[in-house]
Amino acid sequence: MTGSLSALAASAATDDHQILTLVLFSVFVAATLAVTAWAGRRRHGSAEEFYAGGRLFSPLENGFAIAGDYMSAASFLGISGLIALFGYDGLLYSVGFLVAWLLVLFLVAELVRNCGRFTLADVVAARMRRRPVRIAAGVSSVTVSVLYLVAQMVGAGSLVALLLGGTGQAARTWTVVGVGALMVFYVICGGMRATTWIQIIKAVLLMGGAIALTVLVLLRFHADPGTLLTAAAQRSGHGADFLAPGLKYGGSWTARLDFLSLGLALVLGTAGLPHILSRFYTVPTARAARRSVVWSIGLIGGFYLMTIVLGFGAAAVLGTDAVRAANPAGNTAVPLLALDLGGGPDSTGGTILFAVVAAVAFATILAVVAGITLASSASVAHDLYGALRRGGRAERGAASPERGAASREVAVARIAAACVGAVAIGLALLAQDLNVAFLVGLAFAVAASANLPVLLYALFWRRFTTRGAVWSVYGGLLPALVLVVLSPIVSGSSAAIFPGLDFQLFPLENPGLVSIPLGFLFGWLGTVTSAEAPDAAARHAETEVRALTGAGAA
Amino acid sequence: MEKHDGRPAGAVRLDAPWYDTPASGRGDQGAAGQEDGGVPAQRAAGRPDADDTEHGTVGAAAEDGPDLSWPTLPAQRADAPGEPTHADVYLTVQRSAAFQEVRRRYRSFVVPATALFLTWYLAYVIAAVTAPGLMARQVMGPLNVAMLAGLGQFVTTFVLTWAYARHARLRRDRAALDLRWETQEMTGGNIR
Repeated sequence: MTGSLSALAASAATDDHQILTLVLFSVFVAATLAVTAWAGRRRHGSAEEFYAGGRLFSPLENGFAIAGDYMSAASFLGISGLIALFGYDGLLYSVGFLVAWLLVLFLVAELVRNCGRFTLADVVAARMRRRPVRIAAGVSSVTVSVLYLVAQMVGAGSLVALLLGGTGQAARTWTVVGVGALMVFYVICGGMRATTWIQIIKAVLLMGGAIALTVLVLLRFHADPGTLLTAAAQRSGHGADFLAPGLKYGGSWTARLDFLSLGLALVLGTAGLPHILSRFYTVPTARAARRSVVWSIGLIGGFYLMTIVLGFGAAAVLGTDAVRAANPAGNTAVPLLALDLGGGPDSTGGTILFAVVAAVAFATILAVVAGITLASSASVAHDLYGALRRGGRAERGAASPERGAASREVAVARIAAACVGAVAIGLALLAQDLNVAFLVGLAFAVAASANLPVLLYALFWRRFTTRGAVWSVYGGLLPALVLVVLSPIVSGSSAAIFPGLDFQLFPLENPGLVSIPLGFLFGWLGTVTSAEAPDAAARHAETEVRALTGAGAA
Repeated sequence: MEKHDGRPAGAVRLDAPWYDTPASGRGDQGAAGQEDGGVPAQRAAGRPDADDTEHGTVGAAAEDGPDLSWPTLPAQRADAPGEPTHADVYLTVQRSAAFQEVRRRYRSFVVPATALFLTWYLAYVIAAVTAPGLMARQVMGPLNVAMLAGLGQFVTTFVLTWAYARHARLRRDRAALDLRWETQEMTGGNIR
């Protein structure tokens, strides 16, 4: 049985599928290039245009774009695959990724829209000495973005190898390079306006694909989720245990703590992701930002509910063993499910559905990657370049820089996009064998440790000082990175990056459980050990009034 | 001004930040009508300087319009020629009863709601590792406690999203927008 199904997996890579997938994907690329050209047509070269798309997107448009930015291929393929393999334990990702949005909605979206202009650092630096705070927030934003970027591009590489049958190293390498080149092109030529439209197109495609598959799964089980779950439990080989916790994260206490750590990172990380925060600046008001988040929560919630159906559907239709045989990480569960639902490997329906799912997955990766590249180029140009170059003069708000500085900054952002793209391509080629879900979880953990504490303190804590801000960022960022280097992911186990070495000191794969509290602790420590600036009360008043009313918002 | 941050003062007009304000209050005609009627009248009658604090507590008809007290600059400022500084304006607004009321309303929703959903989520995650037996208990059909709790997380997320959006629309938006105009008027349209 396993044999016949891996034959099915192999036949998934037949010529028909490849050609159809390539055609569909080319259509998507052509459409996005047209959008980019159209968006670049009316380019003014202003920072407002490049980073924030002119700030005139509607809540509905931005809601779709946020959903498009957030629903990565790791969600579509990875979560469904994890549920197909581990049942209930895979569900944590779906739940955590969604619940995280409440934090964004309640505490972050509106206030960030009101206080900042383009980046996370804007919000924090408004109250502090700009230079050190901007550099710290810029460094951590770029770090998070690059980690997330590498995860997506590694995913693209392994996806192409699996779906197009090109298992050779060359196919992977060229895919990573091609995806990287395309994303740099989108960002440089189209800025935020093109990137937003690409996200919207992609979100519609992804939702459409997911809805079609979900309906087909439910029809197969007579529209009865109970039958679906029972069948999934049976075919999984675990029986009722498949629907209960513990298949992946049961057993040892280390594994259980890892589950807690992952759960914490998922729910707290979203609010610190730079490419999500930058989306709030594309709408005119805080009210519009709130309404876009409401839209995106609806879309994301619906989508993650569907990943659950698809995951259990893959277990019920294909069987867990077959999913594992096709790809040990479960990443191909959904394409294989599509093949089966369409009528099997030799049918036209199966071929078409498989090709559609594969093309949607590529489109997803491409769009997410473009969004992150834009956010990180904004961090480099607006935060790092700005602080390092004219930081000394602009310290504590010197006179307004002339218009030339803004257009120079956009030029730097374009160069930065190319550089970030090159770095991400290089790292993705080096990290080709890393697990994609792990990289995404790591990016979330770093975002939750380094970006979230400083953001919340800056928005809500009257006493917060410059030293507190800097300590908070580095106090979360460095432990998170160091703990990963010392974790079993990097060394000391057979599945590690360096299986031959053993400098593993930290037992957990996800550092969030330790590094997130450290970020908050260092922020507090830095604040209470430093003297309050003389005008701290006025600066806090300004942040608070602006955050809640939108007075003077960009 | 001291907080100029890299853009010409007029730029804000081009961006039209209050682009979507005509839509505010939509879907909630009753309260919006009250607000629309009440606020300009109050403003036309002059600023209620002395009784800020009384207006700060909204009475029984809490669902209606915003707080009606307006931040005013200290008296000596009014006499003195020259503009008040940014810091003065923001400190004054922050201390005004109108702002305190907006902040109170915001916090009185988000603090308990955040505590609630974080506790519920963490309980859900911790229960999976500390009480797998409980979570695996069958409830109905193939559904066990764990699956129901997971679906419950989706439901509470949707409900809290709806409740927050409604609360903000009815209880904060109008008052915050008025404060925004007021503040920007006092800072002379100068943004940082």
